Amino acid sequence: MAPPADALAHLTEISTQIQFAVVFDREGTVLGSTVDDDRAGRLAAKALELFRAAEQQGQQELVQLDAAVADGTVFVVRDADRLIAATTGPEPTVGLVFYDLKTCLRGFGDEPPKPKSKPRAKRAPAKRAPAKRTTPKKKKDDAASS
Amino acid sequence: MPRRRRALAVAAAGAASAAGAVLLRRRAGRSRDRAELYFADGSLVTLTQGSPEADRLLAHARDLLAASRR
Repeated sequence: MAPPADALAHLTEISTQIQFAVVFDREGTVLGSTVDDDRAGRLAAKALELFRAAEQQGQQELVQLDAAVADGTVFVVRDADRLIAATTGPEPTVGLVFYDLKTCLRGFGDEPPKPKSKPRAKRAPAKRAPAKRTTPKKKKDDAASS
Repeated sequence: MPRRRRALAVAAAGAASAAGAVLLRRRAGRSRDRAELYFADGSLVTLTQGSPEADRLLAHARDLLAASRR
């Protein structure tokens, strides 16, 4: 699976509707975004506020939302402890945007684990090939003459 | 001949006004701000502009959209 930066790059590449996207956790820590760090932090904080306000509207666990206003639409999708927020222009293809955001978020989840440095196993002593005979064989003739 | 032309003009005007009404109606429907919340059990709650819950969420959304364009 693609690493996080690739997942976001792929998202903006495949979805022309998405203007910006930011991935963050439940504490608002930015894990990746398509904008600079300062902006990403601000946007993640605002998206988290929106998501928390929306969570209060139901008894069940909120998994995703979209809020459409005249200027555009805001999307927030949650997957376990990670969230992704994105904006589009007015009248986006809602189902398609949700699908792309979920795919991107899953890409973050499948970050390949860092390779652990294993203690080196002691190398078994290499099996030595039987030593080759270095002394030339005596020729039969030589042996006979001596 | 002029009678036929007049009938055609009336029919065209009628069709145009019907198309205009449909377009206006669609636009009015779309311009309504709303928030849709999807929950883990598959339920969906739609909050439309005018209710206090929706207005609170939509204010957050407007704020976020404005911040994203700054």
